[in-house]
Amino acid sequence: MNTDTFKMIIYISFGAILMNNFVLSNFLGICPFLGVSKKLSSAVGMGVAVIFVMTLASVVTYLTNTYLLVPYNLEYLQTLTFILVIAGLVQFIEMFMKKALPSLYKALGIYLPLITTNCAVLGVALLNVQYGYNLWQSALYGATGGLGFMIATIIFAGIRERLDMNDVPKYFKGLPIALITAAFLSMAFTGFKGMFG
Amino acid sequence: MKNRSLHELSKGIIKENPTFILVLGMCPTLAVSTTAKNSFMMGIAATAVLVLSNIIISLLRKLIPDTVRIPVYITVIAGFVTIVQLLMKAFLPELDKALGIYIPLIVVNCIILARAEAFAGKNNAWYSFLDGLGMGLGFTLALTVIGTIREFLGNGAIFGFKIIKNIPMPAIFVTPAGAFLVLGSLMALVSALTRKKTEIKDCADCPVQCETKDKKGESR
Repeated sequence: MNTDTFKMIIYISFGAILMNNFVLSNFLGICPFLGVSKKLSSAVGMGVAVIFVMTLASVVTYLTNTYLLVPYNLEYLQTLTFILVIAGLVQFIEMFMKKALPSLYKALGIYLPLITTNCAVLGVALLNVQYGYNLWQSALYGATGGLGFMIATIIFAGIRERLDMNDVPKYFKGLPIALITAAFLSMAFTGFKGMFG
Repeated sequence: MKNRSLHELSKGIIKENPTFILVLGMCPTLAVSTTAKNSFMMGIAATAVLVLSNIIISLLRKLIPDTVRIPVYITVIAGFVTIVQLLMKAFLPELDKALGIYIPLIVVNCIILARAEAFAGKNNAWYSFLDGLGMGLGFTLALTVIGTIREFLGNGAIFGFKIIKNIPMPAIFVTPAGAFLVLGSLMALVSALTRKKTEIKDCADCPVQCETKDKKGESR
């Protein structure tokens, strides 16, 4: 492995996990971030499912884009194609898991239908095209982006489990205090931006 | 008839405001609301897609088989999003750059799919049009309010016009953290005004998620 490849790996993964975290700085995947973070266990399940789908979706949309859309000058159909490919992929994974890996399906199955409308998945497909990543870079960006989502959601779920026991001002109960918490978490992640100067 | 029309139009603006009450479409709300202008234009783009897809889906509602309705809705919505995206690239290239991938991401905006599923698939084209327009305006209003607050507190400007010039403003409000902070405070304000506890609805109206929620409920 030469230095350039190594540099790129570091750049993509640290960027996706810490500096430009999908949830806290790009605002992709806010709905599941707020929705499944009430309990730590569901945050972990959703996180694993997102990593899985984002990696596969990055690869599949990359192949679709490079070998189907670009050769025929159909780039303007990207949005439409990507969302359909992702929806089909999620459906396929669900069916495959149900048949072949029932135990895994039991653990992750309920999170899969949520993922089609998760903007992080379509977002990573579009960002891969925008940044001009090649196949392995796309896959890495998808995987680390999902990991970033998982880390943010797990930290957030941990905080919220404790928040439940505290005395929150009446009108801030529920979503408002969760959003304020997310603000502080986001501030903490902003600190990573200076990491590579 | 007239009363119903008025009701369908007005409910989205305050009573069932998609952002503050239904808590749908959080991603674009938080991401593009750095300035009032960006938020306003994002709201308009989403409204256009919402109105058009609502009308088409409502007209096609008797032709679409029930089992494949979600993929069909997504295809219709994605088609309109592509149209809006291309128009914006052609006529407002600057704005297209500012909003970036959040324009194509209108496809996965929960509001649009939720209205298609909850309203347009069951009602006629006229009511669906009004519903889309009302919800779209409610979304635009909420976005513009958040954008204006963030731009004013972060930059001392409103719609690009500098109002406060010599005092340094807390830049935190234009960063991602500011988006969460402003939205959280506004939601608390709304729940204080409406005297109702804002509950997490985790995109409650998203059709794809209903099933999931039921399953979760059982396991508890």
